[in-house]
Amino acid sequence: MIEAITAIDINTFLNSSLGENAWIPGAVLFATWETIYMVFISTAVSYIVGLPLALILVTTEKGHILENQRINDVLGAIVNAFRSIPFIILLILLIPLTRIIVGTSIGTVASIVPLSIAAIPFVARLVETSIKEIDWGLIEAALSMGANAWQIIRKVLIPEAVPSIVLGVAITAINLVGYSAMAGILGGGGLGTLAYYHGYMRYQTGVMWITVIVLLILVQLIQVLGTRWSNQVVSKRR
Amino acid sequence: MIQINDLSKIYNGGGQEVMALKEVNLTVNQGEIFGIIGLSGAGKSTLIRCINMLEEPTTGNILINGQDVTLMNKQELRRLRQKIGMIFQHFNLLSSRTVFDNVMFPLEIAGVPEKKARQKVGELLELVGLSDKARVYPEQLSGGQKQRVGIARALANEPVLLLSDEATSALDPQTTRSILKLLKDINYQLGLTILLITHDMNVIKDACDRVAVIDNSRIVEVGDVLSIFSNPGTPTSRSFINTIINKEIPEEILHRSIVDNGSIVSRLLRVSFIGASAGEPLMSTMLQKYNVKANILYGNIDRVKDTPFGNLTLELIGTLELINQAMDFLRENGLEIEVLEND
Ligand SMILES: Nc1ncnc2c1ncn2[C@@H]1O[C@H](COP(=O)(O)OP(=O)(O)OP(=O)(O)O)[C@@H](O)[C@H]1O
Ligand SMILES: [Mg+2]
Repeated sequence: MIEAITAIDINTFLNSSLGENAWIPGAVLFATWETIYMVFISTAVSYIVGLPLALILVTTEKGHILENQRINDVLGAIVNAFRSIPFIILLILLIPLTRIIVGTSIGTVASIVPLSIAAIPFVARLVETSIKEIDWGLIEAALSMGANAWQIIRKVLIPEAVPSIVLGVAITAINLVGYSAMAGILGGGGLGTLAYYHGYMRYQTGVMWITVIVLLILVQLIQVLGTRWSNQVVSKRR
Repeated sequence: MIQINDLSKIYNGGGQEVMALKEVNLTVNQGEIFGIIGLSGAGKSTLIRCINMLEEPTTGNILINGQDVTLMNKQELRRLRQKIGMIFQHFNLLSSRTVFDNVMFPLEIAGVPEKKARQKVGELLELVGLSDKARVYPEQLSGGQKQRVGIARALANEPVLLLSDEATSALDPQTTRSILKLLKDINYQLGLTILLITHDMNVIKDACDRVAVIDNSRIVEVGDVLSIFSNPGTPTSRSFINTIINKEIPEEILHRSIVDNGSIVSRLLRVSFIGASAGEPLMSTMLQKYNVKANILYGNIDRVKDTPFGNLTLELIGTLELINQAMDFLRENGLEIEVLEND
């Protein structure tokens, strides 16, 4: 399915399906699917990388189970550096890298690269906060039983932070919906591209409003699902 | 069992040095319940946390069964900690695990085979009376139940020593008693050495064999509980004992009219007694021997490890000479007497 989508050149698609007599509902549906796909994959990638980074950030802090000032300083600085670059600039800066990885800088798959890279430091900080919410007493209890660092990470830090991490997933995904629209303006595909090329460039205000509504629904949906998921985890423990 | 030699601990926080322990020397014997009492900030937690090296001593050493824990490497320390159970004021149970899995946790850490571990958890829950709560999450438990889980968890790896850091401080008096009873039962049944710290003299009185009083980073007094109660050697110990003896005398007793009828006078006394003398008929002997009358106005009797102690407030009426003789008699029999102002 992924290949089927990427096989379609976005501009060809837009030109053919969104010409003067374009079938708008079809285009909106397709663009929505693209957005969901981009957000889903880049959220997943950003957690796969961001979660370990968060664990390193927390555990290498002073007084923590893997205290290492140097690693903590360096990693913290890198994360902050990436977080301080505005996404729109990061998008442009990453074009060469995206070309190397994906082969093109246009389209949904290409967008996943800057989206993930922008979200990784964000996720690292978000998850770091979730892990830091854990009462130090729990870590101390595990230490008093003779647990090693890896056991503490696996059996205390991650499971105890799950309800909070899950809420963070929703926040990240919602942010990525916004970012993906920005990427769309630079030809990244999805609802952003639709709104820009048709709503803005071709004065199809109707299309613009439809994308706004779809985005609104999408964000609400993610938040509701995220909250429900987190509540589910928490209520299981009550 | 535990031998602490010249232990000092200095915290170095934000350029400021805090002397939390100063030249502490202490010996805890195999199989006893040893209490450490002190005010907030005295250094109790620091001391107990040095024993399993959660806190690294600045100087001095700690021997557990002859092994110096301050010289152990990380791996030796982990193995040692698996054999030292610890319970906490705020229980520190994992909210992500059921009661059963919380007790399972230290067994997982120690790498005990699952089948054996599950069986052990079952036995432990039985021991602490929570078999019916195995599938429940800690959030659904009362404080007392949570501490029982904490105790079961601390016992999972069959420790040689149990450390308790204010384990009953978050509990009401009745629950505190039931937890202390459980600890005493465990001490008795398993012969487990227990070191507990508290700021509550009732805990010392109800559970401990011996006690150390810590004040301002130093151990100021060590002894068995009964002798400290009967003869506190320091103002700190005395003030701790006073916290649990109700010495307040109702106003109306203090201000009742004094008999002053020529040579017949009255004296208001507080008689403190401990140990066996409380059970002996000293009072009646005194009344028979000296021609005085006694009004018992107020009394307070408690027990330390099955030995009664407490105080009586009484009014002696008679001639001054006889009253003084009666008082001397009581003093000779080991009672502490205090003449109260009655103005
Ligand atoms: N990690 C730390 N860094 C710096 N100072 C500390 C640290 N832990 C404790 N202290 C200080 O050491 C002293 C003793 O603290 P400790 O926690 O041992 O007292 P405590 O007797 O257990 O008190 P409480 O009854 O309040 O628990 C206090 O002055 C405290 O502020
Ligand atoms: Mg303390």
